[in-house]
Amino acid sequence: MQTRIIDGNEAAASVAYRMSEVIAIYPITPSSPMGELSDDWAAKGKPNLWGVVPDVIEMQSEAGVAGAIHGAIQTGALGTTFTASQGLLLMIPNMYKIAGELTPFVMHVAARTVATHALSIFGDHGDVMACRPTGFAILASNSPQEAHDLAAVAHAATLRGRVPFLHFFDGFRTSHELQKVRLLEDDDLTAMIGPGLVREHLARGLTPDHPVLRGTAQNPDVFFQAREAANPFYDALADHVQTAMDDLAVRTGRRYRLFDYAGAPDADRVIVMMGSGVETAQETAARLNAGGAKVGVLSVRLFRPFRIADFVAALPKTVRKIAVLDRTKEPGAIGEPLYQDVVTALREAGRDLPVVGGRYGLSSKEFTPAMVKAVYDELEKAAPKNHFTVGITDDVSHTSLAVDETFDIETGDVVRAVFYGLGSDGTVGANKNSIKIIGEGTDAEVQGYFVYDSKKSGAITISHLRFGPRPIRAPYLIRGASFVACHQWNLLSRHDVLALAEEGAVFLVNAPYEPGAVWDHLPREAQDAILAKKLRFYAIDAARVAAELGLGGRINTIMQSAFFALSDVLPREEALGKIKDAIRKSYAAKGPEIVKRNVEAVDVALSRLSRIEVPERATARDARPPVVPVEAPDFVQRITAMIVAGHGDLLPVSAFPPDGTWPTGTAKWEKRSLAAQIPIWDPTFCIQCNKCAIVCPHAAIRAKVYEPEALAGAPITFRSQEFKSREHPGLMYTIQVAPEDCTGCNVCVEACPGRDKSNPKHKAINMEPQAPVVEREREGFDFFLDLPELDRAWMTPDVKGSQLAEPLFEFSGACSGCGETPYLKLLSQLFGDRLLIANATGCSSIYGGNLPTTPWTVNRDGRGPAWSNSLFEDNAEFGLGLAVGVDAHVRLARSLLAKLSADIGETLVASLLEDAPAGEAGIRERRAQVAALRLQLRANDDPDAGRLDALADYFVPKSVWAIGGDGWAYDIGFGGLDHVMSTGRKINILVLDTEVYSNTGGQQSKSTPFGAVAKFAAAGKDVPKKDLGLMAMTYGHVYVAKVAMGAKDAQTVRAFLEAEAYPGPSLIIAYSPCIAHGYDLAFSGPQSKLAVASGQWPLYRFDPSRGLTGEPPLQLDSGHPTVSPITYMRNEARFRMAEMSDPKRFKRLLSAAATHAAHRMAIYEQLATIKVGADVRPVPPPPEPTPVETE
Amino acid sequence: MDLSTTYLGMKLPHPLIPGASPLADELDGVRRLEDAGAPMIVLRSLFEEQLVQEQIAVHSDVDAHENAFAEALSYFPETQGFHFGPDSYLEHVQRVKRTVSVPVVASLNGTTPGGWVEYAQLIEGAGADALELNLFLVPTDPEESGLDVEDRLLVLVRAVRSHVKIPLAVKLSPFYTSLPHFARRLESEGVDALVVFNRFYEPDIDVRNQQVVRCLTLSSSGELLLRLHALAIVSGRTRMSLAVTGGVHTALDAMKAVMCGADGVQMVSALLADGLGHLASVRAQMALMLEANEYDSLAQVKGSMSLTRCPDPKAYERLNYIHILQNWRQ
Repeated sequence: MQTRIIDGNEAAASVAYRMSEVIAIYPITPSSPMGELSDDWAAKGKPNLWGVVPDVIEMQSEAGVAGAIHGAIQTGALGTTFTASQGLLLMIPNMYKIAGELTPFVMHVAARTVATHALSIFGDHGDVMACRPTGFAILASNSPQEAHDLAAVAHAATLRGRVPFLHFFDGFRTSHELQKVRLLEDDDLTAMIGPGLVREHLARGLTPDHPVLRGTAQNPDVFFQAREAANPFYDALADHVQTAMDDLAVRTGRRYRLFDYAGAPDADRVIVMMGSGVETAQETAARLNAGGAKVGVLSVRLFRPFRIADFVAALPKTVRKIAVLDRTKEPGAIGEPLYQDVVTALREAGRDLPVVGGRYGLSSKEFTPAMVKAVYDELEKAAPKNHFTVGITDDVSHTSLAVDETFDIETGDVVRAVFYGLGSDGTVGANKNSIKIIGEGTDAEVQGYFVYDSKKSGAITISHLRFGPRPIRAPYLIRGASFVACHQWNLLSRHDVLALAEEGAVFLVNAPYEPGAVWDHLPREAQDAILAKKLRFYAIDAARVAAELGLGGRINTIMQSAFFALSDVLPREEALGKIKDAIRKSYAAKGPEIVKRNVEAVDVALSRLSRIEVPERATARDARPPVVPVEAPDFVQRITAMIVAGHGDLLPVSAFPPDGTWPTGTAKWEKRSLAAQIPIWDPTFCIQCNKCAIVCPHAAIRAKVYEPEALAGAPITFRSQEFKSREHPGLMYTIQVAPEDCTGCNVCVEACPGRDKSNPKHKAINMEPQAPVVEREREGFDFFLDLPELDRAWMTPDVKGSQLAEPLFEFSGACSGCGETPYLKLLSQLFGDRLLIANATGCSSIYGGNLPTTPWTVNRDGRGPAWSNSLFEDNAEFGLGLAVGVDAHVRLARSLLAKLSADIGETLVASLLEDAPAGEAGIRERRAQVAALRLQLRANDDPDAGRLDALADYFVPKSVWAIGGDGWAYDIGFGGLDHVMSTGRKINILVLDTEVYSNTGGQQSKSTPFGAVAKFAAAGKDVPKKDLGLMAMTYGHVYVAKVAMGAKDAQTVRAFLEAEAYPGPSLIIAYSPCIAHGYDLAFSGPQSKLAVASGQWPLYRFDPSRGLTGEPPLQLDSGHPTVSPITYMRNEARFRMAEMSDPKRFKRLLSAAATHAAHRMAIYEQLATIKVGADVRPVPPPPEPTPVETE
Repeated sequence: MDLSTTYLGMKLPHPLIPGASPLADELDGVRRLEDAGAPMIVLRSLFEEQLVQEQIAVHSDVDAHENAFAEALSYFPETQGFHFGPDSYLEHVQRVKRTVSVPVVASLNGTTPGGWVEYAQLIEGAGADALELNLFLVPTDPEESGLDVEDRLLVLVRAVRSHVKIPLAVKLSPFYTSLPHFARRLESEGVDALVVFNRFYEPDIDVRNQQVVRCLTLSSSGELLLRLHALAIVSGRTRMSLAVTGGVHTALDAMKAVMCGADGVQMVSALLADGLGHLASVRAQMALMLEANEYDSLAQVKGSMSLTRCPDPKAYERLNYIHILQNWRQ
């Protein structure tokens, strides 16, 4: 039997692909890889069981997928899809239909938390449980092998039983865990479905050759009976599933039951559960039973239809107490779903047993043997706690069970290795490779699981690898490792890397020092741990080796070689040979030079690996610095710091806000020091254009203007110069870097036009190594922050002026060089103190709102952007809701003001009832009026005065923005976006257009341009990008701008100001360079210019209010192409890959792109001549409400 | 009129060879070249530096983002049907070989000793009839002497020669202190032909932005004179074939080159500007020119104006302006 090292996603997709003709998908974590693999296989021409390549189609949303797949299977085609979480919820309406029509179909779900108080990409059964009433059969797999096997069972049983299936496994824990999987051959799959079933499905398909009608509307007289007519199919389904399981057993020897019991045959205590936790529970039960306990675990596989007889039959007769564990939470219910089913099942079966229910593992919370033992221990009590939780400390509702953390069941014959690395250094890739080398080259069983942090720049990865002689059934993180590697030296001063090392373990570190100097550079905690645990300590200067071999920061091969040399998992020579073979295989497509350099790295690595002599006692004086600075506020000290340090699991329930409301402005407390080099200002050559500040993705380089007196007490190295301004002479000016927040992307230096004219490579800002200047610049930045902020009223409405305003979006976790964040930072500078943001799910919601620290912050008055993320698909509507809500407050405030006008005074009332004067001066004036109003209201005991006091700030106009990526605006949220624009209401929409789904990993969107390679457009997209701006212009009342900051920053600033000032809906489409474009983002500025100059990204502003003065609303801000599209495209891997894979086809795409650009420009030029009549008023003012009655 | 010549050991019906250019980038173009009467196809260079840099760039700008973030373990579809590296060039060589019956010469510009040899072998393996080594480098190290530069190039040539069997041409830049001497050294390493001279991207200066900009414009006949001089001083003193590239636009240009010793006359700019039909036109005019001057064949005049055979060899040896000055004084 063939085995392969694959994860749960691939295990399920491998079966689903082969058993389907139509695969409709939409990317969503953690199920996206199943769709991507299918697309990849289809692109390579891999056939299904019937010898044809399935049609893999990407839709605009999961709702779209459900509709498309519903249609496909209605024709009698075999269909499948892959999804999770919110995506699964979007399919629910169609699921009712598909099941109601008894249509064979299987969807594979990598079960994921549904967003509630917060979004979580991680795993639990909340999404699956939301589908219970749909009529789908629900089948659970507990491991990658089961995901493979039960996928086949589902596809076979749906054809037999006609009931559609939701086959699920735990997101990440199973979907992303690498295991050695025994593969089902095509013959196995063919045998399991039999020939007649597919034909029967086809025969039921809609066709004009045998026409039928489905989807009728039925009335009270018949609907009920017709609904009950399907019962026999549900009654028979369990048998069909068992038959398929039995067929599988005949062919493979792997036996499954609807309910699988494992443990003592005479158990007195039994845990009932589903999903990956079953293996942990079973292994723990076996250990406890070996010690004399009588416990067992009942694994529920077919959850719907739930057949009571099989459930009861699977339970040992001896059982006295049952604990049901649900990986979901149903607030307000009597208990969670599986618990309720078990109680009902026992009741109906006449078994009177005490049953308690508990919750575990929400959002991939660890579920360990110690927790399993805690549950069994609880059951042993006379009155076990019901509705408990396990795995957390609940000090609010006191639901949690006490867990003995020292309890462990791991055995000594398993190698457990943990690797700390950075996302960018290739550690995870190397470990995946190592697992394959060991798993596929030997009889060893393997397991790999990878933990990523939520930052997109400088992200830390922790790899957990197990190798052993028996199948590894341990779906939880390693708690005691015999091998610990730290692939980045500076992680030692940020994390307790050695916490997981067992006594006598090997510790390997990538150290930027000679072997003799390594020990002395370790932080105190690391030295203590090495001594206390008697670690065998090795070091290698992998970064130096990589640099010598021209591998940049890619130390993966070097560290992998060192691991094999030290771990004894394989004989050394054999291991090194296998690494080289793997390099040749996996890097073949990357090019021979990459293969050559990596192969060389294997040999060089071994010659540079050194054992470090460990002295008898610790010598280091320096301990790890505190996680957050001591001056951080209390909440950050108590909560945020724990999460940053990786101890979030230890926080009790009481630590958390119960409604998901968190303070803003926490990113500044997490100093990550990611950059090896940072920009340093040389005032001599500065022209004070502030371009460096506007392009900085992380607000890490800033400009400020201040009175000279403010320099009193400045650090001696603080640099400043006279501010060049005729209007404001005598002020001082500084550009300052935040040395520990800069990610070193180099975008600012590229943008800097100031230079030494005798030595033009020296600019007004230049990259310098961070380490020697970090202290000095930290001091400088602290002083800079304390300098008074500019009076916003004299901020000029241009690039320079905007960058003198304080950014209220800073130090996000976005990628180094991110092309989106400069727009958000600009937004925060222009309108931050009155900004409300609706943020669509995606990159911007992750770097904008993912714990532990978040970038939206406040000014000295405590004002700043209020931010919320609703969903992916509804963001325009959510933003409109914010705007409508604000309007409601404004209406009520105006009404109350009018009512109290006699008390307040007519002058102030009249001023407040007028529109706020334009510009920052107007805002300042209005705030003063509000303050004056408040003074009066607080002296007034009329209840309406109190009500108005609560609303008074709404007299200062709020700026409401709906923000998201092209996946939202062009695809999943387009319907809502369109509707919101159509309402004419005042709302601003900012589309951060990366032309691809960035957050989920590069799937094409309708914004992906001609010729660009993306997932689901592997050969290069062959249809043009949707012209969202033109569509919006057709309304006539929508302000539309297309901007590219790197190409024309002044136009960007102008567009933001005009959009915000426009009284109706506005739409800004912002060109956003992204790592998914495949080039060094340091060059995003020049590349943005090429995008515009080649006609691929025309710049314009369409302002309907210009029509009122007889001018054409559309103004073109860029001209005819001056360079060929190829000049632009050859710089980016997304186009280059298309060119290399089929040069001829690419040439056609290129020509089409040029033609399309010319066509588009011709349309715009025509539009730019059309003057809209003055009677097209954009927005009717909202009707004044009737005055409220006095209470 | 017999215009035949022998270049790189291959008998050609005439010397007018379309040089390395985009004209041969696609099979349709290659077919058109053959139809237009090209006696040989010269492909554009495989640039090792470009290949390596692209691989490294992709490795650092694409691969570095893989397996770094839980939601996006990669940002591109798996590379399909292509590999970064020389594959597409080698496939092109193979396809061109299958498409035309005339000899196919591939070109190579390497940067490392290993790269030169490796790619040369791959090109030979792909079926090229000969290989033109594009020995273009810009010495910028003040510690490296002219002799050092020549030695470095000879090491490369020697390495390639020892690993491939097909005929080797070497295309040089004009900047050698003693071209005849260097030519002799190349010959001693087993080089079969010398091509003079490379035209390359020359750096220009953007005065306003203080930036270096690279540009390449089409050649003009004016550039030919430098090359004629080079041909003339090498011709007759080497067993290597000689070819000219750069500045041949007309039949007169071509005739001058042959008279100075060229066995092959490569044309690019003229074909790009005037179309492929120009090749046949130049060929016909060369024949007419020979007839009009009562020559028997092209071979008869080949090298007739070289340093060793021309009536006034001193004209090649003296600096031009002195000659003019002397004339003026007279």
